[in-house]
Amino acid sequence: MSKFKKKKKGLPAISTASLPDIVFMLLFFFMVSTTMRETDLLIKKPALPTASEVKKLEHKSLVSTIYVGKSKDERIGGDKIQVNDKIIDVNDVPSFIFSERAIRKEEEVKFMTTSIKADKLASVGTILDIKEQLRDINALKISFSTTKGSNLKTNY
Amino acid sequence: MARRENSEINAGSMADIAFLLLIFFLVTTTMDVDAGISRKLPEKTDEPPKVTIKQKNVLDIVVNRNNQILVEGTNYVQVGDIRQIAMDFIDNGGGFSAPSTDMPQGEACDYCQGSKDPASSDHPSKAIIQLQSDRGTTYGMYVSIQNEIEAAYNELRNRMSLEKYNISYNELLKDYKDNGGDKLKDRIDLLKNSYPQIISEPEPIK
Repeated sequence: MSKFKKKKKGLPAISTASLPDIVFMLLFFFMVSTTMRETDLLIKKPALPTASEVKKLEHKSLVSTIYVGKSKDERIGGDKIQVNDKIIDVNDVPSFIFSERAIRKEEEVKFMTTSIKADKLASVGTILDIKEQLRDINALKISFSTTKGSNLKTNY
Repeated sequence: MARRENSEINAGSMADIAFLLLIFFLVTTTMDVDAGISRKLPEKTDEPPKVTIKQKNVLDIVVNRNNQILVEGTNYVQVGDIRQIAMDFIDNGGGFSAPSTDMPQGEACDYCQGSKDPASSDHPSKAIIQLQSDRGTTYGMYVSIQNEIEAAYNELRNRMSLEKYNISYNELLKDYKDNGGDKLKDRIDLLKNSYPQIISEPEPIK
């Protein structure tokens, strides 16, 4: 009855016109800041040890990665070594490095680094075997892949 | 003739398309940066060169399959202690460096601040850290020890860098990476040569 009838105010629709822009921005961010996943892990994902004195690996294209960890099957014990998409024996490490060298330019070979991504519960014996194989074929630059942190207590 | 109006193209599905792409990239890519402790392996030679090294110039670290650490065959220590032990050992400077052509006597370590104990290492350039591990040691332990040794060298270099150039060693490295330049390289080389990393890893205990 009142003269000042309340106008029914419906909520105006929120404009979603800028949504594509926002999503595109996110998209570009992810495209720039991430890299393509190269390998599917056949072994259990190695839990990398923590270290404080880490160096970032430069030149990602010159890094060949060796994974060391337990098999996904609980019943199989021991450390498994994976390169690319297959599980290999320690004696096949040189041929892996040779195949990695073959696809790089010759002058880049001496800058190639081998990154060892091993589980913190893997045994040193396996790692030292790999190191010995790498020494044999003169692939001398290696990097023990770690996560950055100062709490070394979690390593053992 | 019918008049056709130039209607706007509906852009409502643009967001959906972008979301689809976004999700594709989220799934197929990883963000992790590969970082780690870098080491240079020694080259393989047919016959190892014969050198005589005094026992006092070697810091012997043994780690067994139960992840227990023994330093110099007598002291049972924890991982956290290694850094200080290694620093004391490297920085001792109790004697002279290896003789060179212009210095037949070798030179004393004038930048060392250690205790100059004659029973410990002579000179940082002679101080060898030997890490003997067991095949059954866990990799986490091994990396921890490597990390502590690396930290000891870095700390010594850092101290010298602060004294000489008033800038931390990490800053120096970062500066060199960003800008380059011979002057910075000379400084870094000097620090590295003052405290060279000499780590020996004998065959593991079976």
